[in-house]
Amino acid sequence: MHIEIDEIAKAFGATTALHPVSLAIPSGALVGLLGPSGSGKTTLLRILGGLEYPSSGRVLFDGRDATGLTVQERRAGFVFQSYALFRHMTVFDNIAYGLNARPRASRPPGAEIARRVTKLLDLIQLPEIGRRYPSQLSGGQRQRVALARALAIEPRMLLLDEPFGALDAKVRKELRQGLRHIHDETGLTTVFVTHDQDEAMELADLVVVMSMGRIEQIGKPADIRACPATAFVRDFITA
Amino acid sequence: MSDASALARAAAPDAPRARAFRAATDESPLVRWILVAVAVTGLLVLVGAPLFVVFSEALAQGWSAAAKSLSNRDARSAIRLTLTIAAIAVPLNAIFGIAAAWFITKFDFRGKAVLITLIDLPFSVSPVVAGLCIVLMFGANSAIGGWLVAHDLPIVFALPGIVLATLFVTFPFVARELIPVMIEQGRAEEEAALTLGASGWRIFRTVTLPNIRWALFYGVLLSNARAMGEFGAVAVVSGKIRGQTATMPITIEMLYNEYLSVAAFSMAAELTLLALVTLLLKAALEMRHADQLAAFRRH
Repeated sequence: MHIEIDEIAKAFGATTALHPVSLAIPSGALVGLLGPSGSGKTTLLRILGGLEYPSSGRVLFDGRDATGLTVQERRAGFVFQSYALFRHMTVFDNIAYGLNARPRASRPPGAEIARRVTKLLDLIQLPEIGRRYPSQLSGGQRQRVALARALAIEPRMLLLDEPFGALDAKVRKELRQGLRHIHDETGLTTVFVTHDQDEAMELADLVVVMSMGRIEQIGKPADIRACPATAFVRDFITA
Repeated sequence: MSDASALARAAAPDAPRARAFRAATDESPLVRWILVAVAVTGLLVLVGAPLFVVFSEALAQGWSAAAKSLSNRDARSAIRLTLTIAAIAVPLNAIFGIAAAWFITKFDFRGKAVLITLIDLPFSVSPVVAGLCIVLMFGANSAIGGWLVAHDLPIVFALPGIVLATLFVTFPFVARELIPVMIEQGRAEEEAALTLGASGWRIFRTVTLPNIRWALFYGVLLSNARAMGEFGAVAVVSGKIRGQTATMPITIEMLYNEYLSVAAFSMAAELTLLALVTLLLKAALEMRHADQLAAFRRH
């Protein structure tokens, strides 16, 4: 799905989190929002997912105004920074949650839900863990379960907030490839937020560098490396 | 606790070395012994002895005297009234408590601190004052009370007044248990459920409620204990009409003042038993769901 952000701004009371920013995300792209904390990248991601409403501006999905759509109507698969798995449910029930939450008319029958959950567990390469609880999983496993849960609702786009933030370096590398693989397999438009420039440069097709609520530069990783648009970008990507 | 004993067992093979290297947080055996002694003595004097006295006084003239004093009409009416009040006040408090805690923890708004203070108000106001406020508001001499009495709906010196007084006194228990738990858990799981397409009511049923059920359970138990035991506020509002508005605590006081000590202590023992039953229920549930509780704490 093609996403267009048109002059989106956001203020929380007196503080401005986002100055008007515009950005076009082509269908099927893997985009990294890169910036230090407080740069507005998470706010922008949450506005895309409908968890936050912009103070002004519009969001367009496939050319249609989606600014007023509720979270549920957007059907965005969202992976949270701390994964936010339902701790009282098994991994199976976590992944099935979105399907079970559908209105009765469009809810798949139990056997179909089980088939889809099994398929997703295979996709994240953890076929055996359906009966476990989140507290019995490692950080990397939790992250992959969160991804599977987001994919289960057949989302129109995938939004990830610092997806590898809480993991050690080795697991991080593996999961990066995992996300790339899942993106290529599903073809979903994917936006992830990170403060790690290596991660953004290595994983994304398109990197958006942000600072202080503004977009500093939009470009392919190689282009940003070759000619940083501002002093901030140069400092940040060489840091 | 089981973790600690497992550690102790694991450390057992080199016990002599363990004695030489005490953990930094461990106290010396003497200090530990004194602490345990103080705690046990305190428990025995303050909790154990009164419990023993209540039951021994109740049974001073044998089982049949105690049973007889509990089976007369006024005593049975007091027991029924106390159970009725708890049955009305506790569920209402659970609903108010969940609503208040939800509102305070899930939304940001001005005046939040004031609201939290208001919820705590019944803890700091004397129950007698609370009872008096209800009498002044709904008594036969007030505008509302006069109208209600004229329409045969008396509040003061009747069940509604006692329920109101009990609600006021027990209001903070559920909310106070829930607020810290809900603050700690944050909104992430609810937000996740939203992005998965769940409606507000479904999120509450399948995500919020399961996450707070233990805190809710403790809050309900505390509020139930207080609802059955409340004296001051109820004493003012009820008018202490024997066989009609006298609850168990009030009946105990009246019987005691009339030197009917077997009857007074039998009723007291029964009230204590009701409290002990709730405690046992709690302990049983905790044992049954020990693994779940542990998972919650670890997470």
